[in-house]
Amino acid sequence: MTISDSVSVQSPDVLLQVRGLRKTYEVRNDPIEAIRRLTFDIHAGDLVCIVGPSGAGKTTLLRSLAGLLTPSGGSAKLDGEEIVEPPKGMAVVFQEYARSLFPWLTIAQNVALPLKAQGVDRATRAEKTAKALEAVGLADVAKRYPWQLSGGMQQRVALARAVAYEPRILLMDEPFAAVDAQTRADLEDLVRNLWHRLGLTVLFVTHDIDESIYLGQRVLVLSNRPTEILDDIAINLPDERDQLTTRNEPEFARLRAEVYERVQQAKAGRRPGDAA
Amino acid sequence: MSNNVATRRSWLWFLWTPLNAVQRAWAGVAGVVVFLVCLQVLPLTGAVDPKHTPPLSEVISALVSRLATPQFWEALLNTLTTWGIGLGISVAIGVVAGLLIGGIPVVREFTASTIEFLRPIPSVAFIPLAVLLYGTGRDATLLLIIYAAVWQMLIQVSYGAQDVDPVARDTARSYRFPKGFTLINVVVPTVLPYAVTGFRLSASVALILAITGELIIGTPGLGKLIVIAQESGAVASMYALVLVTGFLGLAVNVIVRMMERRVLHWHASVRREGMK
Amino acid sequence: MSATELVRTARMKRDSGIGKQVRKVLAVVALPIVLIVTWWFSSAGSQNFFFPPLEQIVTAFQPTWFTGAIETEVLPSVWRLLGGYLVAGVIGIGLGALLGSSPVLRAFTEPALEFLRAIPPTVMIPILILFLGIGAEMRVVVIAIGALWPILLNTIEGVRAIDEVLRDTARVYRLTPMMRFSTLILRGASPQIVTGARQGLSVAIILMVISEMFAAQDGIGFTIIRFQKSYAMPEMWSGILLLGVLGIVLSLIFKLFESISLKWYFGLRQSQRGGN
Repeated sequence: MTISDSVSVQSPDVLLQVRGLRKTYEVRNDPIEAIRRLTFDIHAGDLVCIVGPSGAGKTTLLRSLAGLLTPSGGSAKLDGEEIVEPPKGMAVVFQEYARSLFPWLTIAQNVALPLKAQGVDRATRAEKTAKALEAVGLADVAKRYPWQLSGGMQQRVALARAVAYEPRILLMDEPFAAVDAQTRADLEDLVRNLWHRLGLTVLFVTHDIDESIYLGQRVLVLSNRPTEILDDIAINLPDERDQLTTRNEPEFARLRAEVYERVQQAKAGRRPGDAA
Repeated sequence: MSNNVATRRSWLWFLWTPLNAVQRAWAGVAGVVVFLVCLQVLPLTGAVDPKHTPPLSEVISALVSRLATPQFWEALLNTLTTWGIGLGISVAIGVVAGLLIGGIPVVREFTASTIEFLRPIPSVAFIPLAVLLYGTGRDATLLLIIYAAVWQMLIQVSYGAQDVDPVARDTARSYRFPKGFTLINVVVPTVLPYAVTGFRLSASVALILAITGELIIGTPGLGKLIVIAQESGAVASMYALVLVTGFLGLAVNVIVRMMERRVLHWHASVRREGMK
Repeated sequence: MSATELVRTARMKRDSGIGKQVRKVLAVVALPIVLIVTWWFSSAGSQNFFFPPLEQIVTAFQPTWFTGAIETEVLPSVWRLLGGYLVAGVIGIGLGALLGSSPVLRAFTEPALEFLRAIPPTVMIPILILFLGIGAEMRVVVIAIGALWPILLNTIEGVRAIDEVLRDTARVYRLTPMMRFSTLILRGASPQIVTGARQGLSVAIILMVISEMFAAQDGIGFTIIRFQKSYAMPEMWSGILLLGVLGIVLSLIFKLFESISLKWYFGLRQSQRGGN
């Protein structure tokens, strides 16, 4: 089964292919199984949300996909290339925005840094940085430092940095878990907006069911630890989404109930293959 | 390409992997063994001039024969006495002055500039004066020790006194606690962690200057023995004495840290030491 | 409103504006002026041979140090100081970055480094004389070795403490090794590096003076001792004054450097304390 997984033929537009991914930690010679077996595909241009109960190993999953952790087994491929270290063209927005921005660099320098690492020339760098900051609505704070901004604005900077990088895929790890509700709604719309306008591919990890439905085209529900995928739910909401109307649609309510039930089952310890 | 990346990860990977406590301890032991072997072997192979650096075995035998002489123990006692008296006086001055400066805002305001000026004056600048006033006696070295060691204590205690929670102070006042009670229950617990840090810094500075005073001024003690050994060409013996000063410094650090832990075991912020 | 509160409000009003400025200036200059004036008048016409009038000391200052001696004694001392300090800085920061990044190397070297650091730096002088004689090299090397430990150990601590999320960010965006060193490691550890550099600077000044007093034919320390031995009191005192001024000037330059290089850090801490 694992063998057939790893040699399975890749359909042409699959961007991220995850096959039987496993991760086991050693804590004081005690193996802890964080991720048991994950298999899913993400196609170019998708916006996929991963939702799961807290402690479901969401962060471990994301760090493995980002190449920051070496998985214990299985594989993750970006454009057919095995991910063993952070691959080219992958951007990550972390939950801890205050810790992921360089406090000694200005906003503009933070956004331009990955471009500089790629050897992009100064003029292009400045242009792309300005455009990205413009896109997240922060053009006027380019010369400030991250710690001079509010939490929501700092996360916008992190988003601008990811966008300016023009990634093939953007991973987001509970990016809005630590900001207030109003800011959070604004940021969600910003993500939808950027995804639309720039044709990004986004994998968005969250513990918030409403957020996952509002944002995603697809929601993957994770089980409890050791993590497996419990369900893959298509979100058939209209493409034009709005905080007020979308969240009041009957379909939204139905999906919320469905995902909510799955997450409750996950918390109760249901495994894939169990009778629902 | 992906192959290339994979090999780059494995190259020297072991340097960056985290260790558990047992592995750390073994690595430390290995480091010390390698260090000692180098001290023994390098002079024997002629990589360094054995006339200037005798092999470790010779230094150890010189140390053993030193340990058998009463002069050594007398010198050690002298060094410890000078250090102890100097540290005691420094701590007394530092605590009193630190409480006044930190506790009374007006005093702090008007002494800040003077302290900023006096502190960077190197205490060893007073060596000629100390020699003229006290000859080669202990008092000459004490002068150096006190001028150097007082600052650490004074500044830490004054930070501590400034840090006394105004709410706690007001509470004490509103409940009409007697002055002595306030001191013991409000001021002491706040100042203590700072004072302990100051004590540790003062203790090691005092030891350095005790031995320096013996070295330069000729106050009786280990420093003076080192000079005598050097002048009489007893190279191995000189190294032996230098090792002793190293162990003395190490012992001071370890003992003070143990005291620190005992005194502050109830204090949560022990591990997080202030920047300044 | 209680009486004391009324007084306080009145005082606050008075303190704002010009009154506040005057008070600020007064706080800085008052005590130093009082001390200098007291010294001046209490020493005027002093018959005590060891404590000549301040007027004589000031008069002796210019001819003693600024006619010839500045080029033969003072500047060479300062260059040796800066040379040794620079060497310590380069080695300390470079090695510290390596040891701070590698848990294995750190565990391997830690106990040996703890011991070497505990040796009072001044006892290295008699040892180095064996290798290098009493010339300029010996003194530069002594200064470099002494200043190395605080810089090295603080750098290790600083690099170790760099935020994990920030490290991950640097990896995800594939910063080049050079950029990782300069933007992540160096800047991230800079608060601790600066702390170490400040400690290193005061050790370096002490060693500059002591190495010249212990064994040398030139330099500020040697010259001051020469005055002491020939009982040229005003000249000796002017030398003590010179060392004091040197210490103060270097610490002021250091403060300036610190406030520029750590501007972000002070801002960050301020914003964390203000708490949004």
